[in-house]
Amino acid sequence: MDLYHILQIIVPSMIALAAPLIFTALGGVFSERAGVVNIGLEGLMVIGAFVSIVFNLTFDEQLGAWTPWISILAAMLMSMIFSLFHAVASITFRADQTVSGVAINLLAVGLSLFLVKKIYDKGQTDIIKETFDKIDIPVLSDIPVLGKIFFSNGYYISYIAILLSVAVWYVVYKTPFGLRLRSVGEHPMAADTMGINVYRMRYLGVMLSGALGGIGGAVHALTVTLDFSHSTINGQGFMAIAAMIFGKWHPLGAMGAGLFFGLAQSLSIVGASLPFFKDIPAVYLLIAPYILTIIALTGFIGRADAPRASGQPYIKGKR
Amino acid sequence: MSRKLLNISIPVISVLLGLLAGAVIMLVSGYDPIQGYSAMLSGIFGDEYYLGETVRQITPYILAGLAVAFAFRTGLFNIGVEGQLIVGWIAAVWVGTEFDFPKVIHLPLAVLAGAAAGAFWAFIPGLLKAKYRVHEVIVTIMLNYTALHVTNYLIVNVLSDKQDKTENIAETASLRSVLFENLTDLSRMHWGIIIALICAIFMWFILEKTTTGFELKAVGFNQHASEYAGMSVKRNIILSMVISGAFAGLAGAMEGLGTFGYAAIKGGFTGVGFDGIAVALLGGNAAIGVVLAAALFGGLKNGALNMPLEAGVPNEIVDIVIALIIFFVASSYFIRWIISRLSKKGAK
Repeated sequence: MDLYHILQIIVPSMIALAAPLIFTALGGVFSERAGVVNIGLEGLMVIGAFVSIVFNLTFDEQLGAWTPWISILAAMLMSMIFSLFHAVASITFRADQTVSGVAINLLAVGLSLFLVKKIYDKGQTDIIKETFDKIDIPVLSDIPVLGKIFFSNGYYISYIAILLSVAVWYVVYKTPFGLRLRSVGEHPMAADTMGINVYRMRYLGVMLSGALGGIGGAVHALTVTLDFSHSTINGQGFMAIAAMIFGKWHPLGAMGAGLFFGLAQSLSIVGASLPFFKDIPAVYLLIAPYILTIIALTGFIGRADAPRASGQPYIKGKR
Repeated sequence: MSRKLLNISIPVISVLLGLLAGAVIMLVSGYDPIQGYSAMLSGIFGDEYYLGETVRQITPYILAGLAVAFAFRTGLFNIGVEGQLIVGWIAAVWVGTEFDFPKVIHLPLAVLAGAAAGAFWAFIPGLLKAKYRVHEVIVTIMLNYTALHVTNYLIVNVLSDKQDKTENIAETASLRSVLFENLTDLSRMHWGIIIALICAIFMWFILEKTTTGFELKAVGFNQHASEYAGMSVKRNIILSMVISGAFAGLAGAMEGLGTFGYAAIKGGFTGVGFDGIAVALLGGNAAIGVVLAAALFGGLKNGALNMPLEAGVPNEIVDIVIALIIFFVASSYFIRWIISRLSKKGAK
C-alpha cells in the first residue's frame, strides 16, 4: 500500500470524525467568547445525538432521504432549548458556571437514557435506516491527486462544518454582533456602559453553543454510531472543548484543532490496518488530543488565554 | 432568617425540589411516583442486604466528595476526581495482585498505593496551576480521559495477558469483611466505610485544627492576602490538590480492593467522581456535610437499582434528580432571593 492510498483512507475518515468536534467547538467559541464557560457541551451533544436518532427512527418513512437533515435541525432546536438550563442557572441565577455545566452533563445523560427506556423499553435504540450517503463532491473531486484525497468518499455535512467555521470567524470578528459578543466576554461592565445588553448577549452565546453542540452530537450519531446508547457520546464534548482551547478560542483555530483531533481518532481506529501506524499502540493516539491541550495551555506552543471575563457571572452595578 | 439556618435550609430545599421534580417527571411520563419512590426506599432500607449495599455505595461517594470539597476550600475546582479515582483503583489492584505479603503489610500498602497514585495524578494539575497558572478545570478534565485510556491499556497489556480484566487481588490485600457480609446477608459491604469515615475526620482535623489547614483555607479566600502574609500560595495549591487526589485515589482503592477485587477495562467513566461534585456541593464542602450528602446520594443511587424491578421505572430517574439537585444548590441565589422575599412579607 503506498502513501497515496493510505491518505485516501485516512483523510476522509479524519474529516468525518472531525465534523462533530468542529461544530461543537464552534459552539464553545460562541459561549466562551460571551463569557460563559460551557463544560456542558458534552451533555448538549448527548441531547443532540438522542433527539436526532429518535427523530430519524420515528419519521424515516414519511421523510425518506431528507430524514437525516431534518433530524439535525430537530436536534439543533432541542439542544438549544436544553442549553437554556445552563443559561438561566449561570447567567440569571449566578450559579458557578462549571458546576452548572457538570449538572447539564449529568442531566442530559439521565434524561435521554430515561426517555430511551420509556420509548423503546430497552437500553439502546435500533440502528437508523436513513443515513447520510457518502459522496464525491462534484468538480472538486476531479482535481488530480488532491481531489481523490480531500473531496471523495465524504459526507456533505462534514464539509459544511468546515465552511461554517469560516462563517463563524466572519461573524465573530467582522460584524457588530461579534464585537459585542467578544466585548461582553472580555469586560462586561465596559460593554454595559456602552449600552450593550450583557445578559442578552450571554444568553445568545449560550444558546448558539446549544444549537451547535446539538448539531455536533447529531452529526456524530448519524454518521459514526448510527444508534443511541449510553456510550454514543463518550468524551466528544470534552474533546471539542479541548479543540476550542487548542485553537485558542478562535473559530478557525478550533476548526484546525478539530481536524487534528479527528486525525488522531481516525488513526486510532484505521491505523491498525496500515503499515507504520500499526506499530504505534493506539493508546498514544487516543490520549494525544488531551496531552497536547495541556501542553498548549502551559504555553510551550504559544500562550492560549481564555476570554478575560469567562467564568464570572455579571452582576449589574457591582464593581 | 439567620445566616446559619439559611445555609442549612438551601441544601434541604434543593433536595426536596429535586425529588419533587423527579416525581413530576415520573407522573408526566406515565409512571406512578409513589410506587417509584417506595420501590427506591425499599431498595435503600428494605432488608439487611440492601442496607449493606447502600453502605458500600456510600463509601466511595464520601471519599470522592471529600476530594472535591478539600480542593474547593483552597479555591480549586478538582473536576478530575474521576481520573484520580481510576488510577487509584488500578494502582491498588496492581499492588493487590503482584505482591505477596502478610495482611498487616499488604492491605495498608495496597490502600496507600491507591492514595499515592491519585495524589500523583492530581499533582500534575496542581503543579501546572502553581507554576504556569493553567486553569485546573481544563487540565483535570483532560487528565480524566488520559487516565481512562492509559489504565485500559495497562490492564490489557501489563496487568493481564491480553485480557479485559486483571486477576482477582490476593486475599491478603482485600477489604472484604466476613463480619459485615454476615451481618448484611452477604452484601458486598466492606471495611472501606471505616476508612472513609476516618478520612472525613482527618479532613475536618486538618482544615479546622492545624496551621496547614488555616493556610489552605486562607489561600482559598484570598490569594493576594495570603501571599502578603508570607504564605506560599504555590505550595498550598499543590498541597491541596495532592491531598484531594489522595482522597480520590482512596475512593478508587475502595472499589478495587473492596467492592470488585479486580480492575476491568472501562468503556466510560464510573460516574463516582462527577457525583462527588454533587456530594461536595450539597455538603457545603465541609466534612460532616459531605458524609451526610454522600449518604443521601449513595442511598438514592443504590435504591434506584430497585426501581425498574419493583415499579418498572427506569433507574436513570435518580440521575435526573441528582442533576436537578445540583442545579438548585448552584442556583442558591434564586432560593435565597425567594426566602428573603417571603420573610420580608412575613415581617410586614
